[in-house]
Amino acid sequence: MSGTSDAHSIVEPGPTSRRVASVVVIVYALVSMVPLAWIVMTGFKSPDTAIAYPPEVVFEPTLEGYVNLFTDRTRQTPEYMADLPPPETWYDELVRSRNMVITGPSRFFGRYKNSLIIGFGSTFLAVFLGTLAAYAFSRFRVPLKDDLLFFILSTRMFPPIAVAVPIYLMYRALGLSDSHFGMIILYTAVNLSLSVWLLKGFVDEIPREYEEAAMIDGYTRLQAFWKVVLPQMSAGIAATAIFCLIFAWNEYAFALLLTSGNAQTAPPFIPIIIGEGGLDWPAVAAGTTLFMLPVVIFTVILRRHLLRGITFGAVRR
Amino acid sequence: MAESTLTAEGSRRAQVPVGSRGRARGLSDRAVLLLFITPTLVLLLAINIFPLIWNIVLSFTNYRANQPGREIKWIGLRNYERLLGSEDIWGYLQVTAHFVCWSIFFQVLIGFSLAWLLNRQFRGHAFWTTVIVLPMMLSPAVVGTFWTYLFQPQSGIFNYIVNFFIDAGDFSMIGDVALAPWTIVIVDTWMWTPFVMLICLAGLRSIPEYIYEAAEVDGASPWRQFWTITVPMVLPFLMLAVLFRAIENFKMFDMVVELTSGGPGSTTELASINLKREAFESWKTGYSAAFATILFVTVFGAANIYVKFLNQVKKR
Repeated sequence: MSGTSDAHSIVEPGPTSRRVASVVVIVYALVSMVPLAWIVMTGFKSPDTAIAYPPEVVFEPTLEGYVNLFTDRTRQTPEYMADLPPPETWYDELVRSRNMVITGPSRFFGRYKNSLIIGFGSTFLAVFLGTLAAYAFSRFRVPLKDDLLFFILSTRMFPPIAVAVPIYLMYRALGLSDSHFGMIILYTAVNLSLSVWLLKGFVDEIPREYEEAAMIDGYTRLQAFWKVVLPQMSAGIAATAIFCLIFAWNEYAFALLLTSGNAQTAPPFIPIIIGEGGLDWPAVAAGTTLFMLPVVIFTVILRRHLLRGITFGAVRR
Repeated sequence: MAESTLTAEGSRRAQVPVGSRGRARGLSDRAVLLLFITPTLVLLLAINIFPLIWNIVLSFTNYRANQPGREIKWIGLRNYERLLGSEDIWGYLQVTAHFVCWSIFFQVLIGFSLAWLLNRQFRGHAFWTTVIVLPMMLSPAVVGTFWTYLFQPQSGIFNYIVNFFIDAGDFSMIGDVALAPWTIVIVDTWMWTPFVMLICLAGLRSIPEYIYEAAEVDGASPWRQFWTITVPMVLPFLMLAVLFRAIENFKMFDMVVELTSGGPGSTTELASINLKREAFESWKTGYSAAFATILFVTVFGAANIYVKFLNQVKKR
């Protein structure tokens, strides 16, 4: 493991050891990117090329997967096709080349929209409530503080399926099954542990002398919080919000068990995009690509706060 | 500098006693405190604790959620007796243990090695770190879905690549009884190795350089430095990473459901997957509530013991 050349200490790795390290790491990174690259490529294949063996690395790209993802189609007889007026758009033409006609937009729009509504709604609530609670836990003497904070963290240890049954019964009784509001509240509760712990770390880093000075100048506690602490927390709040958003965006178990249509998000929907004769892989790949894209962008934005986020603020840099 | 805390500490330093600064103007500090934490606690009680207690109550009944009209009978510990006496349950727990142990083993091995290499700070290391991290940010269910495509026995690229290097012939990572338990380990390792790597990297960066310099002066070999400085100093971080991964993988549901849905047979039927079947397909609500309670108590108990142990390691 420690094959550094003798002339250098580990403190300052030598050029050879650096080069070897970079080669190994880059090879790992590239290999681990193969599955992702392959899925993005599959989104631009036709259903036939998608299941060709040996797998085709070079192929003629087509938008068929994306068209299939966004539309519902029916197969028609050649006679029916011949009687149709000429296609109006490029995607009409693409679908007709397979002897099919577009019957309307697919349900993917709705699912993606649900993901956005529930994701942003629950993120807003979780960060709003989390900011308030984090401030209180950081600044005031709260009875049983450590126990309360541990309790908040421990809510994350429940297997989602374990609480899914009572939540299912509760939502059924309250009429919240398959509703946006119900899912927003649920994801907010799940995200609160992360948001309180992360944000508390960020508040702890703001010197309390700032607010105290403001309060001596005549601000009330709330004004000091609003005008002095919040602006200082903005970077932390943004990072926390992205983490909450990614969680809500990616969540699957609750969405599968508690929603069926109206409020269903994209993750339970993408795996069941059916084409003719089984899963429509290019459409699934297209849906996957569109679904992953925001997460990839957010990850790049978040990269400096990643460590903190994934450990609930336990490890900071 | 990295700092690792699991319990809330460090904020004890300068706490303003409630009331002492809550002057005449505006809300008192006590009012602000109540205003700020009540909504969070109420929501957690309503959505987390209340269902959990309800779950425990249900576990003593024969309730079935798909038959709301049926009379609910208290059956005491019968659900628990049936669970602990059932051989199937131990089978599911074994599958879960296999998955948790092996995935963590590979993630620690590869994750630590990568972190150790990345710590050399070669050119572009920050960029490659971000690239490596991507898989763990994706939706586990969607990851499970697209890996089924990569694992297709007839057309999948995984089989193609394996056959390119060794002549393995026809095989199905998802359909084969012997391979499927390893398939879920492979995908989980692909997805979560970056997690262990990031935490180890923080651990490595937290080691002050002067320790190595002192060891160098004392003439300690790089091998000895690695085992007496690097490993012990990274250990608390590594243990934290293992804790997170163990809890997450013990609860694992989404990725494996989409990848193998527990099959073939029940070779990848993790505890959570079986729980979902009993609760939402067989509708044995009371029975599944007992199973859920057992799982939760196991995670919670094990995590608590582990954290105590971790805090001891940190103190050394």
